[in-house]
Amino acid sequence: MLTLRPRAARIAVVARPDSSIEAGQRRSAIPRRRSVSRPPWIVLLPALLVAGLTLVPVAYLLIRASEGGSDLWRLLWRERTAQVLINTAILAVTVAAASSAIAVPLAWLTLRTDLPGRRFWATIAPLPLVIPSFVGALTIVAALGPRGFLQEALEGPFGVERLPEIYGFWGAWLTLTLFTYPYVFLSVRAALRGLDPSLEEAARCLGHGAWRTFFLTTLPQLRPAVIAGALLAALYTISDFGVVTLLRYDAFTREIYVQYRASFDRTLAAALALLLVAFAILLLAFEARMRGRAAYHRLGSGAARRARLVPLGVWRYPALAFCLVIVALSLGLPLGVLGYWLIRTLRRDEAPEGLLIAAQHSITVGAAAAAVTTLAALPVALLVVRYRTRIGRWVERVSYAGYGLPGIVVALAFVFIGARYLTPLYQTLPLLIIAYLVRFLPQAVAAARGSLLQVNPRLEEAARNLGRSPFGAIRSVTLPLAWPGIGAGAALVFLTVMKELPITLLLSPTGYKTLATSVWTSAGSGSYGEAAAPALILVLISAIPTLLLAGRHGGQTPRGDE
Amino acid sequence: MAGPFSAVAQRLVADTSVQPKSDRVGLPVTDRAAADASEEAPALRCTGLVKRFGPITAVAGVDLTAERGEIVALLGPSGCGKTTTLRLIAGFEDLDEGTIEIGGRLVATADWCEPPERRRVGMVFQDGALFPHLSVFKNVAFGLPRGNGRDEKVRAALELVGLAGYEERMPYELSGGQQQRVALARALAPTPEVILLDEPFSSLDAELRASVRAEVRQILAEARATAILVTHDQEEALSISDRVAVMWQGRIVQQASPEELYHRPVSREIAVFVGDAQFIPGEARGRRVATELGDLPVHGTAQGPVDVMLRPEGLRLIPATEDQEPNATVLTRLFYGHDQLMTVRLDTGRTLKARLGTYGGIRPGDRVFVSVRGAVLTFPREETT
Repeated sequence: MLTLRPRAARIAVVARPDSSIEAGQRRSAIPRRRSVSRPPWIVLLPALLVAGLTLVPVAYLLIRASEGGSDLWRLLWRERTAQVLINTAILAVTVAAASSAIAVPLAWLTLRTDLPGRRFWATIAPLPLVIPSFVGALTIVAALGPRGFLQEALEGPFGVERLPEIYGFWGAWLTLTLFTYPYVFLSVRAALRGLDPSLEEAARCLGHGAWRTFFLTTLPQLRPAVIAGALLAALYTISDFGVVTLLRYDAFTREIYVQYRASFDRTLAAALALLLVAFAILLLAFEARMRGRAAYHRLGSGAARRARLVPLGVWRYPALAFCLVIVALSLGLPLGVLGYWLIRTLRRDEAPEGLLIAAQHSITVGAAAAAVTTLAALPVALLVVRYRTRIGRWVERVSYAGYGLPGIVVALAFVFIGARYLTPLYQTLPLLIIAYLVRFLPQAVAAARGSLLQVNPRLEEAARNLGRSPFGAIRSVTLPLAWPGIGAGAALVFLTVMKELPITLLLSPTGYKTLATSVWTSAGSGSYGEAAAPALILVLISAIPTLLLAGRHGGQTPRGDE
Repeated sequence: MAGPFSAVAQRLVADTSVQPKSDRVGLPVTDRAAADASEEAPALRCTGLVKRFGPITAVAGVDLTAERGEIVALLGPSGCGKTTTLRLIAGFEDLDEGTIEIGGRLVATADWCEPPERRRVGMVFQDGALFPHLSVFKNVAFGLPRGNGRDEKVRAALELVGLAGYEERMPYELSGGQQQRVALARALAPTPEVILLDEPFSSLDAELRASVRAEVRQILAEARATAILVTHDQEEALSISDRVAVMWQGRIVQQASPEELYHRPVSREIAVFVGDAQFIPGEARGRRVATELGDLPVHGTAQGPVDVMLRPEGLRLIPATEDQEPNATVLTRLFYGHDQLMTVRLDTGRTLKARLGTYGGIRPGDRVFVSVRGAVLTFPREETT
């Protein structure tokens, strides 16, 4: 027994802390089995309540649409509906295709070639995500539209009086492509980074050149990631409200808004909204499937070794030009236009009116929505992560399906509900916050879920073992450990709420201006100068979470921003 | 709590008055006997445990008892249900059939299950499961109520595991072996009735494993804790425990002291599982058996055609001399330093393995005489062999 202490001292020297801790953590990442015990009521009840709340908009729209009866079919069954459906589908497909065409080469160039400044390009390529798409659309109109910067510049020396029409399909397509390709880029880049380079090396050894290797080995393995990213871009496209409205393209969201505004009978708007949701959920289901496969590909490697870089040779010049054009259009153009307007407004010494109040409003609703949404997400995430029961799986599905609820649909549903049943709440902050909660719950759940998954369930068991109740174990061990991730989720909700457009537009109390609605109304009245300051603030705000997310885990793509 | 003010508690409380270390260690053995005598119920008694996961029966009727202060190893191949048994005892899984008593108190039946936090069971997890956001001190204090000499109890527990002075370290600052010892201190500090150890050494390097194992054995003995240790490593089970329960396909097939288990396994499967074993045919007549290695004494009695179990270290090789006619040739030799493993071919054509000390000068190609030490264990002949 006397040998105990000297031996302990020796161990402290012999042990290699790094390796053993790593081994322990790797082991703990895949718990061998988890308890299948029933969830406590304190988790189950709130989770069901929240999940039920996210079903409210769709449920209400269903009821509302079914009230139309046979009239509804007559209304829906028109050439117009078919036209809108086709318009939306075409836009979604072409945007997804163009995004992939930009993103795949970009990802490959920045990760696997000796492109000059590839780190710089890799950092800057996802940044268009920070520009709210309606702000982007605004700047595109200003730059390329009639009497825009480009036309003015060309008119003097060349006498160009008309540019190709920016309104309609081409404008919407261009704008959405420029601001959604980062979804594909991030997805592909993560997959490409995870690919085992030895497969490519094997292909080279078998006598294939760099190009053939790319098309024969690399691209097929990237396919799930490309498709998943493209589906995300498509989902964004069909959910987007700002771009198609500003650029006057008759897609679903615009048509829904027009119907809601124009007619007294809003049944058609409800029906169209439902159709859009069905569309979105379909895309989402495909995306989830593809994401799973993409993750599988990544799982196999765990390759620590870096791939050898492909020398570009003279191809480096076209490659550089390609990167430059993309970045100039998607980042340089909007920032340039906004900056120009801002300077012009400041020079005229026009104090941006109500800017402070709008910012204050944005921060207020953002903070409230973030707090409420995060609190609501916790029981859902706990249920999903810790209790793999049938109820848990359904709640998980429902909360994930929330990604498929376009903002305009949520906004519309709550307008109907508020006007009909909750009149005292209609156009008040509480209802606005509830609508945000429904819209952004998936984000908060995803963040909480991700960080809860990192907490080894053995730790909770150890706490139980040492005398803590189920809830006590969660409070003293799980939450403190998961807190950073949950907090990041709250920050993400805060920032996305600030740039959310349709819900804010339709549900804000009358006269309650936020940054997003200021931009929108300024744009509507053509006073672009006034839009510059709030738009730039929005861009700066959006930059924070994107940079954080892109920096921390390259694979994760922030979703559902609008 | 009906639980006794156990020996561990006394130990920990006694430690609060700072004593020179030399006094602390090496308590008289009679203390332990006295503590045992005062308690009649075993620390743990499981009867007929059954646990099913859907169509799979993971635990199929396990009876397991641990007397106070006893270290019982639950040994079995992976997937045999031993970890599930442990989780049933800890209360992380509900029971389908059977009963569990801890310290004479019923804690689980098929219908009723006391939650883990009330069972007075300590657990040491495979990877330690230290709370990464808490210091060593706070980890160990986690299971102790505030106030009432908590700090002293924590210090005493850390001193017991040889980590006094590590209070303010964070778990990631510790080596794997240190983490496991903190986990042990954390489990011991609330003076549970039983400590459960779930493969506690498997996340350690091989070189570290043996020394941490010896320490844990010592700490458990010093704390006079009752422990159930789950492992798939027979060497670990044999070296650390007072008693080994071998688990096979959800059932316990043998419970015995390490010596008995090794030398008198109840089946050929267990014989092979707990160590190297080889079998030669023989014809038994009561207390003796006739084999190609001669007429050998038998453990107990046997009749008719049997298989005789031979452990490699139970064979003796003697270099051929004039007195002793050789009966085998050495084929190969694997030299390990502390011992060596020989393969010999008997003149009858059979190949056997023998483990020897390394001081003899026997080499491949040598003619030797092979004999058997002591009495042998026999199993009724199996048709397939």
